[in-house]
Amino acid sequence: MPRLRKSGELKALQRELQEKNRNFRSTIVICGGTGCQASKSPEVIAAIRKEIARQGLDKDILVRSTGCHGFCEQGPIMVFEPGNLFYCHVSPEDAAAIVEKTVIKGEIIEELLYTDPVSGLKVAKEEDIPFYSSQDRFLLSYSKKVDPCSIEDYIAIGGYSAIERALSEIDPETVISEISAAGLRGRGGAGFPTGRKWAEAREVPGDEKYVICNADEGDPGAYMDRCLLEANPHLVLEGMMIGAWAVGASQGYIYVRKEYPLAVKHARIAVQQAREMGLLGENILGSSFSFDVEIARGGGAFVCGESTALMASIEGKVGEPRPKDVHTVKEGLWNKPTVLNNVETWANVPSIIMNGSSWFASKGTKGSKGTKIFALTGQVKNTGLVEVAMGTTLRSIVFDIGGGPKNGKAIKAVQTGGPSGGCLPVSKFDQPVDFDSLTDAGSMMGSGGMVVMDEGTCMVDVAKYFLSFLQDESCGKCVPCRIGVDRMLEIVTDITEGRGRPEQLSLLKELAETVSETSLCGLGKTASNPVLSTLRYFQEEYAAHVNHKSCPAGVCKALINYTIRPEKCSGCGLCLKACPHEAITGEKKKAHYIKPQECMKCGICVSECKFEAITVN
Amino acid sequence: MNMSTLDPILKGRRSQPHQLIEVLQDVQETHGYISEEAMKTVAKELGVPVIEVLRVASFYKAFSLQPRGKNVITICTGTACHVRGSNLLIDQVKGQLKIKPGETTKDGLFTVECVNCVGACALGPVVVQNGSYNHHVTPGKLRKIIEKSRGTRKEEAANAKTQKIR
Repeated sequence: MPRLRKSGELKALQRELQEKNRNFRSTIVICGGTGCQASKSPEVIAAIRKEIARQGLDKDILVRSTGCHGFCEQGPIMVFEPGNLFYCHVSPEDAAAIVEKTVIKGEIIEELLYTDPVSGLKVAKEEDIPFYSSQDRFLLSYSKKVDPCSIEDYIAIGGYSAIERALSEIDPETVISEISAAGLRGRGGAGFPTGRKWAEAREVPGDEKYVICNADEGDPGAYMDRCLLEANPHLVLEGMMIGAWAVGASQGYIYVRKEYPLAVKHARIAVQQAREMGLLGENILGSSFSFDVEIARGGGAFVCGESTALMASIEGKVGEPRPKDVHTVKEGLWNKPTVLNNVETWANVPSIIMNGSSWFASKGTKGSKGTKIFALTGQVKNTGLVEVAMGTTLRSIVFDIGGGPKNGKAIKAVQTGGPSGGCLPVSKFDQPVDFDSLTDAGSMMGSGGMVVMDEGTCMVDVAKYFLSFLQDESCGKCVPCRIGVDRMLEIVTDITEGRGRPEQLSLLKELAETVSETSLCGLGKTASNPVLSTLRYFQEEYAAHVNHKSCPAGVCKALINYTIRPEKCSGCGLCLKACPHEAITGEKKKAHYIKPQECMKCGICVSECKFEAITVN
Repeated sequence: MNMSTLDPILKGRRSQPHQLIEVLQDVQETHGYISEEAMKTVAKELGVPVIEVLRVASFYKAFSLQPRGKNVITICTGTACHVRGSNLLIDQVKGQLKIKPGETTKDGLFTVECVNCVGACALGPVVVQNGSYNHHVTPGKLRKIIEKSRGTRKEEAANAKTQKIR
């Protein structure tokens, strides 16, 4: 890799790399993100490369292993460029046929095409798949174009041109006013205006300042930042460089979850490559700007997503938040001015510098500009990463992109914003999704997790789930969060186990409000949202648990019983074999029986039975 | 554990207290857990009080203070996995291995852990077995995963025995 010493050299390299890519007749793009890796995509990539080489096509056909395409459930995913022919669930055994038929003869292999679960029809092109066609993909569209481990790929698509432009043409103040004019707000959930944060940090005197990328995506059910960092680490790095130039920082940190090993690996490779090319280090591209980045691995504490706790963790300490009477832009990491933004926020920066603030602000709503990536999961047909303009309705995301309910059960709610957010019922599905409107409805957009729940999900159990999550993750520093969450969990546990009393509901609400008003950090302040939103919208489910000791969704173990209906049981013995608690007896080919004293009500037998013979009462 | 086994990890990080978490991450990765001796060595070499090392090592979930089993089975209990039935998987291991998450079987073959989210939510429920991801896991699938790793271990032991005899 050549070392770039001045700005003109980057443009020359870019042209050279583009020229090199033009020599290839076509490209086979194969997803190598965490999701597709779980479905054996590394084996698929190796098999395709081997087959291409065997046929002597390696000078004509480029095989590119990329980061996540967002449609993880269909993995491994393969796209042919040009033309965007889309294959899904590809296995290594398909490699020979793919090269022989599709690459050489241009034929389409029907079995590998995607079937739309709504219409039942086969779809050949990526852009015709409803999951993709209803989206407004911008940040995610890069994922297909670059191999995350190749800085050349990123430079070839115009990468690092934004920092080059900033260094040679735009002074730091103008960079900040562009970011402000674009209306970019923090994608981590709080939605603080990024430009204002940068301006405040720039104004603080001092030479030692820091920028941090928060990739400690601890919200369960959210993985947008993992995908961005995994798929396009150089984009995030370039955003950080522009931010550092604007505020006057010379050192940056990427704080990334240890639970994301591929993101850690790709970020490390990217930093190393950027250093080797002189894009990190002293006097970048011949300018006066010097900047370097270190990777810090998170230790698996949810609270470290909070800015002050995260900074304590980078300092090698226990991740406990501190009061924010002095903001981190003034006294952050090692008490120096620090700008912390999350992965998606940083990733938006280079294109604002390249395309201008008005381009960015042309999408979105009045208060929330640009696009936002969501992780759509749970009980919908199409799950995966979804990028839409701010202001798109929940209905459009769940039904148009998500394809509606998965198991034939009606959709009941969407949980947004993770443990800090809430559950919104179907009646709120016409809410536009942006920073402000979901907060008004009692939830929050958060970093972008969106878990769809159907009639088989008990909302009291969901509240209990988040409370036990928060009890486990509360750092214990402040009393309201440490003890308040404990007491709320006790009450909700009573309710789910049939000991609930009507007066506990008002106590629960009062407690929830106190915790949110008096906790120290954002984690505690929002800890009550799952309880308050379910109490607000699913009052009747709480009432059924408390007054009738029943769980309408059939989830809460203490309130349900499993029985085998003799007329439907074929005596196949599958349930008997599956029951981990040895609670089922019966002779072969005769109806089986569940021993109530030994049944732990885990429901494993229900998922194993092929005759729908086991019922929940 | 003597100082020299930690030498590669400590290289270039000595007397830098802020490197504590990174060093512990590497100790965890290389040795599978963080022993008392390792904590003492790290404390001395980085210039951090032992009590602070213990505080950090016990605060973060990434660190285990006890040796873990040969097979580490990590059940994702993130929201998306939860609504798709990851609690059934916990019931499965409780029944099959007679241990709770966070525990190791007596024979040292299995450790079961829960993680709040591995970020593969579209594929839930997800179980990570020794670093490799399994998607759409059902109790039955998990039973087979456990049986298989038990089987392989048994076969390995048998092979080792035959080789010895030869």
